[in-house]
Amino acid sequence: MTLKLGVPSKGRLMEKTFDWFGARGVTLSRTGSDREYAGVVDGVEGVELVLLSAGEIPRELSAGRIHLGVTGTDLVREKLGQWEQQVEELAPLGFGGADLIIAVPACWVDVETLDDLDAAAAAFRAQHGFRMRIATKYHRLVREFLRDNGVADYQLVDSQGATEGTVKNLTAEGVADITSTGDTLRANHLKILSDGLMLKSQATLFRSRTAPLTAADRTALDCLLTQLELDGKAD
Amino acid sequence: MPQKAEVKACAAKLHAVFEQAGAQSVEMPVLMPAEVLLDLYGEDIRGRAYVTSDALRGEQMVRPDFTVPVVQMHMAEGAEPARYTYAGEVFRRQEDDDSRSNEYLQVGYEVFERDNPAESDAEVFALIQQALGDKSLRAATGDIGILAAAIQGLETTEARKRALTRHIWRPRRFRALLDRYAGRTPMPASRVALLAQDDPMAHGFADIGRRSQQEVAARIDILRAEAEAAPISALDVDLIDALLNVREALPFALEHIRDLAVDMPAIGPAVQRLRDRIDAMHRRGVDVETLEFEASYGRTSMEYYDGFVFGFYAPGRPDLPPVATGGRYDALTRVLGQGREIPAVGGVIRPDLLVELEAQS
Repeated sequence: MTLKLGVPSKGRLMEKTFDWFGARGVTLSRTGSDREYAGVVDGVEGVELVLLSAGEIPRELSAGRIHLGVTGTDLVREKLGQWEQQVEELAPLGFGGADLIIAVPACWVDVETLDDLDAAAAAFRAQHGFRMRIATKYHRLVREFLRDNGVADYQLVDSQGATEGTVKNLTAEGVADITSTGDTLRANHLKILSDGLMLKSQATLFRSRTAPLTAADRTALDCLLTQLELDGKAD
Repeated sequence: MPQKAEVKACAAKLHAVFEQAGAQSVEMPVLMPAEVLLDLYGEDIRGRAYVTSDALRGEQMVRPDFTVPVVQMHMAEGAEPARYTYAGEVFRRQEDDDSRSNEYLQVGYEVFERDNPAESDAEVFALIQQALGDKSLRAATGDIGILAAAIQGLETTEARKRALTRHIWRPRRFRALLDRYAGRTPMPASRVALLAQDDPMAHGFADIGRRSQQEVAARIDILRAEAEAAPISALDVDLIDALLNVREALPFALEHIRDLAVDMPAIGPAVQRLRDRIDAMHRRGVDVETLEFEASYGRTSMEYYDGFVFGFYAPGRPDLPPVATGGRYDALTRVLGQGREIPAVGGVIRPDLLVELEAQS
């Protein structure tokens, strides 16, 4: 058994994660071809690199199949109930920043706040005979947020990609999605509600609270955290 | 965790008590079309019920309670008056507290009867109390009908009354609306700016989506009317607050609410019903002198109780959910009845909690 570190397997998130660890003397790299999802860790003993889809890392941490993992705070909070009991946030990595927000068509000049959204949803339901649809992939977070803010008469429709296009395609009336600059929202004629910020997310290094640690794993973890200049005592 | 066999035996006993009281035993399907529940409760139900699906019937919900299927069955084929009892598992999604069960037995008793709702309320409460036996449970009662009547009696626009009624079950939003309508909180800056424009519809944004520009314009008209409407008087807000704060033994609560009714004549009929209920409960041997009444009780449950509400709690066990709950749900029969309606009241007991408390004592 070695200490397993889960890292996103693709794209900018993977590259930036490699850079972040590299800057702290821990070299992560892929082995074999570009297409092979295997990797190595240099600079600290007893740590194995596991390349995974960022969306699966929360589940793997929760199941204890990896000890450490890099993923977005948005994904951890969406996918894990009572997330603080399953994982520990070791360090925000300073990239992959995005806000989870609620957006509606810019042409809804009467809707700027959640209070407006609630009133518009009630009128919409009376007019159209169904609840106002909000497209998202963050079902749990959005539902909790809207419940806490007393918004009723809406329904969530699942959208795993190109969510900003759903309003124009008439499959939703509003969207709840992550955005970093807001450019895609604007290009799709949408605007963010002034009190519609649900969560500020960024790529974060998490430690599983459930993964079993052997004595050797514990040593490897302490070495790695020392090397990364992080303070996260194994419990 | 009590033994399942013990819990089932307890459920069978309760079920027999309800049958003895004249209820017809009914069986309900475990799966129901998700659409019905989603339409009733909205997205919140997804946080509480399990959803599954197949390619033929689409989304199905694993029953989170019996009330909705029992009402549907009654509205489709039931004779009046009717009393039903059932015993079976319900399933509740638990995402934030893993100490709460996600499946447990419920034994229920439901009454569909037009005449004398106060009598039916008392019948259900007294029967549940009797079925619970001599455990020293704390009973709490309330009546959402009184608050609803108080809102209807406010001297203000129909739009405001509708909005307040819609949010009875969301106390935070209700409070925010009441404060705004009373002029206690300022209008949001974005709304002030919108209403200051001569022609807010000349915005130049692309018209996209299902919600039309006519709907946007119609809401701006409503916002203008709202901005011009006189604030709800401080006296009226104080009366609503006083009503919401009523929390004492039933006889004192009744006195208190009757005093409030002098300034809120609209709640008169609801107060009369409370009185009739107290009398009916007394006649059935309920100790009304010590029974708690809380005007806000039931406001944070799911929005289907709209009159009398009650719950039985284990003292010293705040970790446990209520052992029994119930209430009146006339509006639910209206929604599910497709044009028909009938006054209805019911309650459920959780035998697993009863057995657990038994083992503890």
